[in-house]
Formats: sequence, structure tokens, C-alpha cells
Amino acid sequence: MSIITTPNGYTLNNSGKRVVIDPVTRIEGHMRAEVNIDKNNIITNAVSSGTIWRGLEVILKGRDPRDAWAFVQRICGVCTGTHALTSVRSVEDALGINIPENANSIRNIMQLSLQVHDHLVHFYHLHALDWVNPVNALKADPRATSVLQQKTSPSHPNSSPGYFRDVQNRLKKFIESGQLGPFKNGYWSNPAYLLPPEADLMAVTHYLEALDFQKEIMKTRTIFGGKDTHPNWTVGGVPCPINMDGVGGVGGLNMVNMNQVHQILQDTKTFVENVYIPDILAIAKFYKGWTYGGGLSSQNVLAYGDIPDKANDYSASNLMMPRGAIINGNFNEIHEVDLRNPDEIQEFVPHSWYKYPNGAKGLHPWDGVTDPDFNVSSAKGSQQNIEELDENASYSWIKAPRWRGHAMEVGPLARYVIGYAQGHEYWTEQIDKILTDLDVPLEALFSTLGRTATRALEAQWAADQQLYFFDKLMTNIKNGDSSTHNGELWDPADWPSEAKGVGFTEAPRGALGHWIRIKDTKIENYQCVVPTTWNGSPRDEEGNIGAFEASLMHTKVERAEEPVEILRTLHSFDPCLACSTHVMTEEGEELTTVTTSPVGS
Amino acid sequence: METPSSVLILGIGNILWADEGFGVRAVETLHRHYEFAANVTLMDGGTQGTYLLQHIEAADILVIFDAIDYNLSPGTLKLIEGDDVPSYMGAKKMSLHQTGFQEVLAMAELLGRSPRALLLVGVQPAQLEDYGGSLRPATKARIKPAMDAALVWLAEHDIHAAARQQPLPESESIVGSEIVMARYEAERPPPDQACRIGDERVLASDAFEVAYRPHKVGSDTLDVDVDYRGKY
Repeated sequence: MSIITTPNGYTLNNSGKRVVIDPVTRIEGHMRAEVNIDKNNIITNAVSSGTIWRGLEVILKGRDPRDAWAFVQRICGVCTGTHALTSVRSVEDALGINIPENANSIRNIMQLSLQVHDHLVHFYHLHALDWVNPVNALKADPRATSVLQQKTSPSHPNSSPGYFRDVQNRLKKFIESGQLGPFKNGYWSNPAYLLPPEADLMAVTHYLEALDFQKEIMKTRTIFGGKDTHPNWTVGGVPCPINMDGVGGVGGLNMVNMNQVHQILQDTKTFVENVYIPDILAIAKFYKGWTYGGGLSSQNVLAYGDIPDKANDYSASNLMMPRGAIINGNFNEIHEVDLRNPDEIQEFVPHSWYKYPNGAKGLHPWDGVTDPDFNVSSAKGSQQNIEELDENASYSWIKAPRWRGHAMEVGPLARYVIGYAQGHEYWTEQIDKILTDLDVPLEALFSTLGRTATRALEAQWAADQQLYFFDKLMTNIKNGDSSTHNGELWDPADWPSEAKGVGFTEAPRGALGHWIRIKDTKIENYQCVVPTTWNGSPRDEEGNIGAFEASLMHTKVERAEEPVEILRTLHSFDPCLACSTHVMTEEGEELTTVTTSPVGS
Repeated sequence: METPSSVLILGIGNILWADEGFGVRAVETLHRHYEFAANVTLMDGGTQGTYLLQHIEAADILVIFDAIDYNLSPGTLKLIEGDDVPSYMGAKKMSLHQTGFQEVLAMAELLGRSPRALLLVGVQPAQLEDYGGSLRPATKARIKPAMDAALVWLAEHDIHAAARQQPLPESESIVGSEIVMARYEAERPPPDQACRIGDERVLASDAFEVAYRPHKVGSDTLDVDVDYRGKY
């Protein structure tokens, strides 16, 4: 047992009871978390581990760079489009391909649509049940719920007592049928749940409304991407031609499907403003005393920026989502971020199951190596069933990316912290308003709830910007420009024998970069540094802990065998986990096994 | 005139993990070889989970192709119908997209919009832990029997398909020409360049010890273990 202080200021004590949470998932963020808790149930040490090999990069070697997007969008089932976009941008950067203005507008609408969609689904269907108790909702008075709804969001039409009674009856039938479905395996008697029954019923009702509404949002990407469920992308622009005089659903974009897109964008904005934002405020009011989970967000945050206003200009001043880095909590200095600079973004592997050649330490992604080296000889338990990882040795399939040596948080909260520090007008106004409404100081932002709230604010912003790009697209088309693709450098015969490029986006869950090297028209090296790599990173060379680990520190867990607080904070990063939770005694004896997932099973 | 039933034929799974891609490859093959009426949609569902909900709830009749761990010998084909489907899809945590998909079915039920007829065409995978790999011969050989079984079941629900005179070209594949099965296999990097294994703990766990036994494969002559419950 030991007590150490990390260079980034955390005192880690691994002497108390070890709680092991082992989620397994096929989608982004395959991870396991272990924490030690002291006699007062306060977390004193946190260990985050990616438990499944993600060798995506290596299976791309030797393939056509123009095909890479189709592979990377199969990495995970959630942010397919954002990986595809990042991939085509990396190839365009390598080959110096410019895309038409219309393609930029369409890509931005698709990316913003993904932001809203992912945030909405994340909150209601993956994260809300960390705050909302559906079983408690059965105790609610539908009339009082109706009053609460009208007070919370006067413009939302679904607010009658009869409506809430109907939902409550449906919920009751569903729960009584014994299947519970998405609501099973919750800790429904845990004192960590603080909402009154009426707020629970309102939120569960919106869980259903959001489930119903989210499918509309997808249609935008289906129309622009040409197909469900994996939209088409292409190097040099977008694959959908514009043919405004055309008819029907095929043969490109026409007035009919553009009108449909416009309607969806407007409905999305209305839903976010009438349901999502008011719910966040209503729920936050009951939890504002629960201030845990801030982790690195008040110290080190990073964003690459995204949503270029004009096409082909990826400089910070043209990006509507800000780029920058803040370190050591100094909000007066926002550092420039250069994804090409070999001294800035580097990945380290001393605590990861990889090896680097020739004793290399940090490697920039262009020179990145993905060479697995799995070894758990110092962990407790057997290789087939690890009881306790050894955080002093290698303990994760995730590398440790660092910005100029610093562990960084990425994602909506990181973006909003940078935007606020930069004076991003829209975002500053949103943050000031929510702080005033909740009557909390700015410091309240640096928390689990702050992460959840900024995600909602970002959905609102994204819903608005979609309409901005829709107008821009329509104006450009009316002015006679219907170009969506630049095929000048499509033919590999016109490519240089060697090229390298970087593509980046702000994925819903944070900064995403793809670095590519092309040799003799084929992929020579491809490296993805995904948001979960930043947030879920293990310790580095110097012993700095990553964002997940830092966010769990000092949290009080009401019941060690039902670590809802840990899930709440991990889910707030939107890593899309499905988790099997094993809780151990001090001697490593398993107390109980609980299974949870993004939607509760 | 009666509105025709809305039919969804859905393949799910991750093509990057060998036999995990069975469902997607089955629908890809079905689409290239058969034509359906306009009320029938064929879809590559990948690992999309919740995003598939709109299609599930819009369907009166749903056919799902997937790799399922039934604890049977590799390549065994098994048909499951109706209310039994969700429990089969979540029986083993072999593949997390199945747990996700089980949730999607529960969500459709919660919204009161479940398909009225549901068929799961599952195959027992031979190998999952081969990252970047394709279907094993034993599994690939079940694509045709799986398609045939689905077509028989659909015909009993009065949904009929017509064999195409010529299979659709790769460029019109439902999964996209970039990852159509033949190219996906042909352009795979060699093992010394691209590590193909997964986490040893996963490889060592019981759930993944489905030994692959290579044997001669003839597409039509293999045993097809079908669940004959009810009218089958």
C-alpha cells in the first residue's frame, strides 16, 4: 500500500477497499475502472483501463486512402459519421484537396446534427438514469407533475395530467411485466437519487419523448448521406449531387428533401429548447449540492476546434467551435494548438499494453506505433480473471496522449471552458444564464453536472448553427453554385509518391484526430487519437493521472456495493459504456456483481 | 386495397471482427441476389443500436440476421421466432451489440410499436477474435442456407422475393463498395503488419473458445440445424 502525489497534484492512496467496475463494450471506450475508498467511502485512488485491443489503425495499412472512412465508421456504433469526416479531412489535408462551399455546409450540418443527436440520446438514454429514478416515478401525482411541467417549460405542449397518468400507467405495466427493459439493474433504492417523484415522472416521460423524437434527427444525415444507417462520405466533398429541380427521394438533393431537412432542423431546435434544456435545469436544481467529478476540467482542457465557417480554412479564427489549450488552471492564457507540431501531441505507453521501438518515449501520431505487448503478471488474480490491476505496471489498452506533457480533458465541458475563457459570445451568454438560473458560482461548472449541462448547452448551440449552415447552403445554391464535389485529385496517378496529413473534428465526446501517411497511393500509417484516449488515458511517464481517473478522486460513494456515483461521473464523459460491476472487499473477495449498461442492462 | 405490410430485413454485427460480421454479410448477399417489392427494406444495421429504433418500430415484419452464441457447433444455423428472440439475443455477452439490440427491441415495446412477426436467423460463429478478418468458411457457407430459411419464412407471411438475373455489381452493394466482402478480404494487410489478435483475457475466456475446425465446404450440402418448433 502506498501514498503518492502525482505531478498534476493528486494524492493517491491505495490502502482502502478496492472497488472494481468492469464494463465491456464493443463501442468506443471499452473500459474498466478500479477505485480505492477510505473508511468514509471517499475515493482515494482511481485507475481507468481500456480492456479491449483497438487496432483499427493497423488493418488500414496498404488500403486505398479514399476507402479509410468506410472502415473507421465501423469502429463504433455511435459516432460513425464523425470518424468518417475526420478521415476524409485527413486525406484531403495530405493531398491538398479543396472542397466546395456547399460540401462544407453539408458536412457541417451533418456534424452538428450528430452533435445534437448524440447529446440528446446520451442524456436521456445513457445518462439520465444516473440521476432519475423510474421506479420512484410510479409514486408521482400526475396533477402535480403537470404543474411542474408547466412551470419548467411553459411552451411544451405535452403537459396535461391525463398525459402523465397515461405514461405512468404504461411505465407501471412495463415494470410490472417484470422485464424492466432499459430500466433494469438500476440502484433504485439508493439514497444518491434525490429527485421528488414528480420530477422523476417528468424526466421519464421525456425519456420516451426523446426516444420518439431522436429518430427524426437521423433523417438529416440519411438525406445528405444518401443512405441509412451508414451515410456515404467521399474525399473531395460530399457524394450527394444538388438537383433542385429534381423530384422524388433519389437522384440528389431537391426542394422536397431540402424542405424536409429544414423542418427537422427547426423541430430539433424546438425540442432542445422546450425539453432538454429545461429538464437539465430542473434536475440540476436538486443536485447542485453534489459537486463532485470536476477532475481536470478546472486545470487542463484541450480542444482542436471544428465547424469551419468558410470551406478549407482550418485556422482557429475560421472555426466556430474554438481551438486551444488551457494548462494549470490559468484561464488568462489560451495556448495555440498545432496538431502537426511533433512536440505538442504525443502518446506515451509506459502504463499501456504496447511497446515502442528503440526505447522511444512520447511519439507524435504521424510517427505513431501500435505494437501490442500484453502483460498482466503483476495484477492480482489470473490472466483470465483479473481481480485487481497493478497501476504501477501496464494496465490499459489505451495509450496516454499528452499535450506538451500535460494530461488533458476533452469534450463539451473542455470546449465550453475554453470558449468561455476566449469570450465566445453565444457560449458565454448560455453559461452565465444557466449559472444565474441555478444560483451557483462559476466554479460549479467544474463538476460532473457541469459536464452534463454543457453538453445540453452545446446541443442548443449546434441546433442553431445547423440552421445557419442551411441558410448558407440555400443562398449559395440560389446564387447558382450547385457544386458538391471536387474530383480534380481523385485519380491516384495525380498524387505525390509520399504525403502526410491530419484531419480533426470535435466529436460529441471530444477532440478527435486522424493522422495519415500515404506512400505510393496506399496507406502507410494511420493513427487515430480519439476522445476516450484523452479522457480515459492511464498514467504517463511522469505519473500524471488522466481525466477519468482525476474526476473520480475525492468523490463520496454512498454505498460501495452500488457505485452509482462512479457511473454518474464516468457516464458524464459519454464513453458509451456497458459495465459489469464487481465490488471487492479489502482482501479482494467479491461482494456482489451488478450489471449496468448505457441504457441500464 | 389493404396496405402491404412494412418489412425490414436487417443484418447486424461488426464486420471488422471476423464472424461477427455474419449478419451484415448475409444481408449484403441477399441484396445482391434478390429483388423485393417496395414495402421491403434491406438494411446493413452494423452496430447502430438505438439508431435502429425508428426502423424497428416502422416494421410490421422483421427479419434479423446475426451471429449468435447458442453454444452449438460452429456454423450451426438456428431460427428463433417471436417473443423468444430478445432472450436469445441477450443470452450471452459474446457480442455487446446484441445486448444493445435487445434494448432496442425493449424500447420499441415500451413505445408500443413492436413488429407483429419477428424472425432471428442466427449462426454460431467459428471465430470472432480475428480483427480485420472476414467470415470463416463454415460461417460463410451458412449465408445461403440462412437466406433460404428467411425466404421460406417470408413466403409464409406472403412476402416474396425474385432472384435477380444477374447479381448486382459490387459497386451497388448495400454495405458500400469500399468494404464489400471480396475487396475487404483481398486487400487485407498481412499479419506481420497488422496484429490480428484481441486481448488474451478475451481469447482465454470460455465465451470465445469456439474452436474453428476447417473442413470441406460445399455451399448447399451442409447440415442446417433449424429449430423446427411450431410449423417448422
